[in-house]
Amino acid sequence: MTNTYTPTAKSLHWLMAILLFGLLALGFYMHDLPLSPQKLQFYSWHKWAGVTAFLLVLVRLGWRVTHVPPALPGSMPKLMQYAAHAGHFMLYALMLAIPLSGWLMSSAKGFQTVWFGVLPIPDLLDKNKELGDLLAQVHKILNLLFVAVIVSHIGAALKHHLIDKDDILTRMLPRH
Amino acid sequence: MKRFILALALAAGLPFAASAAEFNQVQTDKSAIYFTYQQMGVKMDGRFKKFAARLNFDPARPTEAKATFDVDLASVDTGAPEADEEVAGKPWFNTKAFPTAQFVSGAVKALGGNRYEVAGKLTIKGKTQDVVVPATFTAQGATGVFDGSFTIRRGDFSIGEGAWAKFDIVANDIQIKFRITAASAK
Repeated sequence: MTNTYTPTAKSLHWLMAILLFGLLALGFYMHDLPLSPQKLQFYSWHKWAGVTAFLLVLVRLGWRVTHVPPALPGSMPKLMQYAAHAGHFMLYALMLAIPLSGWLMSSAKGFQTVWFGVLPIPDLLDKNKELGDLLAQVHKILNLLFVAVIVSHIGAALKHHLIDKDDILTRMLPRH
Repeated sequence: MKRFILALALAAGLPFAASAAEFNQVQTDKSAIYFTYQQMGVKMDGRFKKFAARLNFDPARPTEAKATFDVDLASVDTGAPEADEEVAGKPWFNTKAFPTAQFVSGAVKALGGNRYEVAGKLTIKGKTQDVVVPATFTAQGATGVFDGSFTIRRGDFSIGEGAWAKFDIVANDIQIKFRITAASAK
């Protein structure tokens, strides 16, 4: 059973999957809503969850660099192995960049992020409308890119399971 | 020579005579009215870009001071255009029906030093409340600066009705801060 992820890695993977799907859905839904108390509440929740996701990805990266993940099957062509590593690198890069862009956007728009309404996250940028609008674009584009990479990630996992019939998908599942 | 010294002394004394006079020319370009409030634990601030003020204040007779402020509520700057529009609308200020907020001073108490307490009536959206406004006065030659802040409850004035009436998203307490610069009459 060495060819599987640690229970910690699996827990972090699935916890973040749930959290990130929620964050993406809420983010795409809320930004077009007319101003209402509910919209302000959604924005606060989205920001709290975003800070949480950022902290979780730091924990996850810490685990990743201290624990060697199971190797890719030798049957995989070299090019596909590179693509898999590049895909995972993109996922981590975006999981870091997206909350950072959201935090900077909030600062530039003049809405400080206060984690769970209790812990204020310092504003790194001063209020600046042009910069705020630019960072909103950056946040959006990064998220569209993220959705594309997630779709490839899920597509690749299903392809491994259904077509290649290897253990790439099952080794991330809870009871494997 | 004696005459010259006397003339000099008189000339030197003149600015003092002027500064002892009443401060009553409000310089709106050097004055500002801000507000701060909490939104789900996040400190927010804004200001009113347009207001008119009449003020008479003689540091030698502070209890006779008078002040009236008319704030153009549609000039609100919350920091987000979407919110400016919302706040001018019916559930908030309803600026179509109630374009201005007014403060009229009543009794003024000198608290010692440069501190004063101004009682007055604040009218917003057709509702009038008694407020007590602590303020400090700092003279800088022929101009004087009044600084102060006080807290109102938006619920007392029906600011934010309907879906906004609960205070879980936008808090009830609103701090009003002001800095008013006034010159003394020539």
